[in-house]
Amino acid sequence: MIPVLGGSGPVIPSFGSGSSCEQNNGWWCTDWLREHWGDTLQPALVQHIELVAIAIAAGFLIASVLAIAGFRYRLLDVPVGGFADFLYTIPSIALFQLLVPFTGLTVLTVEIALTSYTLFVLYRNMVAGLRGVPEDALEAARGMGLTRVQTFFRVELPLASPAVLAGLRIATVSTVSIATVAAFVVPKGLGEPIFIGLDQNLFKTEILAAGGLAILLALAADVALAWFARAVTPWSRA
Amino acid sequence: MATQAAELVFDEATKQYPDRPEPAVDRLSLTVPAGEICVLVGPSGGGKTTALKLVNRLIPLTSGDIRIDGRSINDQDVTELRRSIGYVIQQVGLFPHMTVEANIGTVPRLYGRSRQWIRERTAELLELVGLDPSYAKRYPAQLSGGQRQRVGLARALAANPPLMLMDEPYSAIDPIVRARLQDEFLRLQRELRKTVLFVTHDIDEAIKVGDRIAILREGGRLAQYDTPENILLKPADEFVAQFVGADRALKALSLRTLGQISLRPGTWLDGLPQIDASTNLRDALGFLLAGGSDRAIVVDDDGNPLGTVTPEDIVR
Repeated sequence: MIPVLGGSGPVIPSFGSGSSCEQNNGWWCTDWLREHWGDTLQPALVQHIELVAIAIAAGFLIASVLAIAGFRYRLLDVPVGGFADFLYTIPSIALFQLLVPFTGLTVLTVEIALTSYTLFVLYRNMVAGLRGVPEDALEAARGMGLTRVQTFFRVELPLASPAVLAGLRIATVSTVSIATVAAFVVPKGLGEPIFIGLDQNLFKTEILAAGGLAILLALAADVALAWFARAVTPWSRA
Repeated sequence: MATQAAELVFDEATKQYPDRPEPAVDRLSLTVPAGEICVLVGPSGGGKTTALKLVNRLIPLTSGDIRIDGRSINDQDVTELRRSIGYVIQQVGLFPHMTVEANIGTVPRLYGRSRQWIRERTAELLELVGLDPSYAKRYPAQLSGGQRQRVGLARALAANPPLMLMDEPYSAIDPIVRARLQDEFLRLQRELRKTVLFVTHDIDEAIKVGDRIAILREGGRLAQYDTPENILLKPADEFVAQFVGADRALKALSLRTLGQISLRPGTWLDGLPQIDASTNLRDALGFLLAGGSDRAIVVDDDGNPLGTVTPEDIVR
């Protein structure tokens, strides 16, 4: 069976002794879902959102600092961008395993790995956005007497924001998906009920429900961020 | 709101790039009197745009000086200097993420003007440049090329600068719209009386727009600085004569209108074509030659006949 690294907690038999649907491992046992929404699925969903939100926030912060540096000093762009690319190429399970000896079976391990994956998309999009600011707008800004800082906050940053927000969307959706693997390390997030389901004779209802929630969460985040991007960049639709 | 126009003086202004043998601008000395349009024109490599960008210090001077109303540009804070000069460029450089109003309000906002002030000023300026005030809430992407250039001019005028720098403002615009924008700009200038430094590569535009024309040749040297009439009729040397073209006598015709020459006493003759008194002589000659008629009736704005004109009257 699949090894569950974080399987240190008590394994609750999700099959239960309930309905015939559960006994027969049916595809979609609503009575099981009703019974275990509160103690299994809902907490997993909340944990999943937390895992993703922390990773995205940390990734966004780190990528912002790196992107401003890489944009201002082009020499930095090659090593920084290259390192972000490299992190992104490491298979996620391998990265989790690599980190465990250093940071243990902790949430920190998960967040380090998830954050690393966001850097590639966020950094690349931020730098591309800043570089894509039209030259004529920059010349006009300089000629009109905007200082460097004013030019950055009033012209460069807003004009880079569609690319930045597009990167944020991609990073968020992919992190929602990757975060299910976090259950290898800690029993948290929507990966946990999936692993338990796999472990218990492939209990289909639990695997489908948790997987489905991960998909819905990714879609919801995608739609919400798309809507947010539209709202804050009304000019990009003009 | 009335700011006096400023006198602009180039005093041996020189720009030498270290990696080039020849200076981009070579000891340029000329004075643009307050309220006049000076056009810098010449072949590419003549340093026209470089000379213009020296004024707002987008390019630093190597030696010599430039003074605005007697004050050296190097004695002023660079951002203050730039905010006090209107700047219009060929690609316009409107900020795509800002509405027309926010674009126009850029410099006033830096000066701490209120929203209300900017709103009123925008409406006033849009009207001035020939756009409906309802354009204030639009984004640049929703405007045509000509409309963007009008907004660019309005933005440069927003803080009512005594000096305007215009770097090939109409070069990227189709000829029909360009002619209209030039006409409107000249009408505006009669009202505003700014000092304007205007760069173009088009000698016809220079003749039309300039009170004075400075012709720069390769190596950034001033070949001639004079009125359009003298540039055309008394070119200083072979280079200027060549640059303004073999048809310079014909071009000189565009400096005067039918209303400014003596017409033959006109009787209303049936079948003769009519032409407005405000038409310049060059266009009038073209009109007569194209029409196959040796005579036309000149009419004023209200359509009243003033007299008749023949091709001989024009070229005399």
